Amino acid sequence: MRSIVKLAAPAAAAALLLAACGTTGGDDTSSGSSAGSSGGSCPDGISIGFFGALTGPDANLGVNIDNGVKLAVDQHNQKSGACQVKLEPYDSQGDQNQAQGLAQKAASNTKLVGIVGPAFSGESKVADKVFADPEVNLVHITPSATNPSLAENGWKTFFRVLGNDATQGPAAAKFITGTLKKQKVYVVDDSSEYGKGLADIVRKDLGAADVKDNTVQKGQTDFSAVVADIRASGADAVFFGGYYAEAGLLVKQMRDAGLSNDQVAFISDDGAKDDGLVTAAGTDAANGAYLTCPCLPPDKAEGSFVEDYTKAYNTAPATYSAEGYDAAKILLDGISEGKVTREDLLSYVKTYDKPGVTKQLKFDDKGEPSSVSVWAYKVDGGKIVADQEINS
Amino acid sequence: MVPLSTFLDLTFTGLVIGAIYALFALGYTLVYGVLRLINFAHSEVFMWGSFGAVWAMTFLGSRPNMAWPAAVGLLLVALVVAMAVSGGVALVVERVAYRRLREKKAPPLVALISAIGASFMLSELMGLRDRVAGWVGLDGVLAPYLRQARENTAFVNPLPNVTVLSAGGFEIRSNQLIVLVGAVLMMIALDQFVSRSRLGRGVRAVSQDPEAAALMGVNQKQVVQLTFFIGGLMAGAAAVLYLIHIPVTRYNVGFILGIKAFTAAVLGGIGNIRGALVGGLVLGLVENYATLFGLESSWKDVVSFLLLVVVLLFRPTGILGESLGKARA
Repeated sequence: MRSIVKLAAPAAAAALLLAACGTTGGDDTSSGSSAGSSGGSCPDGISIGFFGALTGPDANLGVNIDNGVKLAVDQHNQKSGACQVKLEPYDSQGDQNQAQGLAQKAASNTKLVGIVGPAFSGESKVADKVFADPEVNLVHITPSATNPSLAENGWKTFFRVLGNDATQGPAAAKFITGTLKKQKVYVVDDSSEYGKGLADIVRKDLGAADVKDNTVQKGQTDFSAVVADIRASGADAVFFGGYYAEAGLLVKQMRDAGLSNDQVAFISDDGAKDDGLVTAAGTDAANGAYLTCPCLPPDKAEGSFVEDYTKAYNTAPATYSAEGYDAAKILLDGISEGKVTREDLLSYVKTYDKPGVTKQLKFDDKGEPSSVSVWAYKVDGGKIVADQEINS
Repeated sequence: MVPLSTFLDLTFTGLVIGAIYALFALGYTLVYGVLRLINFAHSEVFMWGSFGAVWAMTFLGSRPNMAWPAAVGLLLVALVVAMAVSGGVALVVERVAYRRLREKKAPPLVALISAIGASFMLSELMGLRDRVAGWVGLDGVLAPYLRQARENTAFVNPLPNVTVLSAGGFEIRSNQLIVLVGAVLMMIALDQFVSRSRLGRGVRAVSQDPEAAALMGVNQKQVVQLTFFIGGLMAGAAAVLYLIHIPVTRYNVGFILGIKAFTAAVLGGIGNIRGALVGGLVLGLVENYATLFGLESSWKDVVSFLLLVVVLLFRPTGILGESLGKARA
């Protein structure tokens, strides 16, 4: 109830603002009056952006999302003839150092009314601040950045369509100790904004079951010292907070050193939930690894999404493809309803409440989704398959 | 207190990665010994060799855990291909990035920049191989070799990985042993080649005094080519051993590894073949021993570069000292 009141206030304010604009400006009245009627025309060259890694070491994750976004845009453009929306790629290469410049580039593009992304937590920390600037005021919906602190900065333009690590972390800890019944967990992270953030939450939630911690670097390939330390610690499970490239090599080197899956289970996170994990580890070493993710198994997505996606890309949807589709759909729905300025679209997203392919899409006042679910996935025969939902 | 088995574990795995650094470092050391130049494109020579091995395995249909004779045969083929590719790339680098500059007596800094340029070029060429193949219309035929050009590419190691020795929680696995023994054997062979064969004598002669060597009838151009080629061969061998240890490669794999190998060369005394061996092994050990002091794995580079600084403060020419010519038993 409280959240509805909180939502209603800014919405009312936005409506007032709109009305105020309507009395003075000419263009805004026409767009305001066409609200609700789908299939109308919209400003020439109006675009939404995708902000994330399309090239670089973690590009798999970004490309999966981008494909979902593209699908949504293509469907929109086919359906609503006169209102053609362009998709602008902002390729961050997953590199935090490029995020500032790229975000400013997006901010200064006046045709751009909304963004899907940024994809990763590290780049989000930099870019989101630019978007939240009252001068810029660019609404963005992330389909994959899960660091909880992103929602704690009072950035009015921040939204995400999936659970954050504050839900994933406890769920992962619960899964390890409860479902897998492991008592001694060795927790490693890759020192990244995302990996360390998530691993720290898991450490806290594991409490006494966390026997030892370690950190590695992104880009590190030799983990022999870590593996020796895991063996010495007598751990029966390893949790890795980070991305798939390092996760794959770590589990490979554990298995190579004779730490079998029965002895030491390997559990990682949504950043590691990619086929790149199996590439790096090889099928034998990857088999039996668990991955937690606040994302719906792609085949559980509603409607014809899986079918459409498979038809468009000749491959099944992967991690966050469906979330990317949902995030884009919210922005496109707004544009269809005539919310073609950054201000209008922002207030539209705030009050959005419709079913998406992953869940009921609705945000609380911090931009977090109102309903989340965390799933455990497992590598089986070299493929990542859904194992079970982790009930929190 | 750290248990003995962990100490042995860290020591052994440190030696394994150190042996790879050492073999890789030879390319830096040999070229420096002869030309007094740092060949910064050497990291890409290694990277191309690693792809040579990966592609050979893909082409030959390698599978994990094959029978020993077939597996060893496949691996030897991969070794030959990798060494040939690396040796070839090293020769191309010498021809394109160095020879003209040397003939025109360009200052060493120019050669350095030219080498860095060659390094970027070779690395990005690999990272963009899918597009390059697309331009010439070969992307269909070569699809299995082009997939995800900027991502990790897996090396399918056909060897079964068995436990060779297991005592009190300390294990030695066959793959680790192969890497260590293979690297040391290659280095001994090279050391013997340089110190005993006629061609090796030429290399040492040019290294000691290029002009006197030329007066004595040593073909300097040939010696330089030979030096690049041998360095390339060793990098190719290092690439295969690296892939046995860490089964993926990518277009920029040479960057960090190249810095490590270069560090190993400087640590042991650049220009000195045995110095590369000592430097590589010491570097591998120190990286792992950081764990003994309770430091997290992300600190390992801090520790190893601290060691480098300290060693250079007291012995500016490295542990065994400089000079290929003087390094003799």
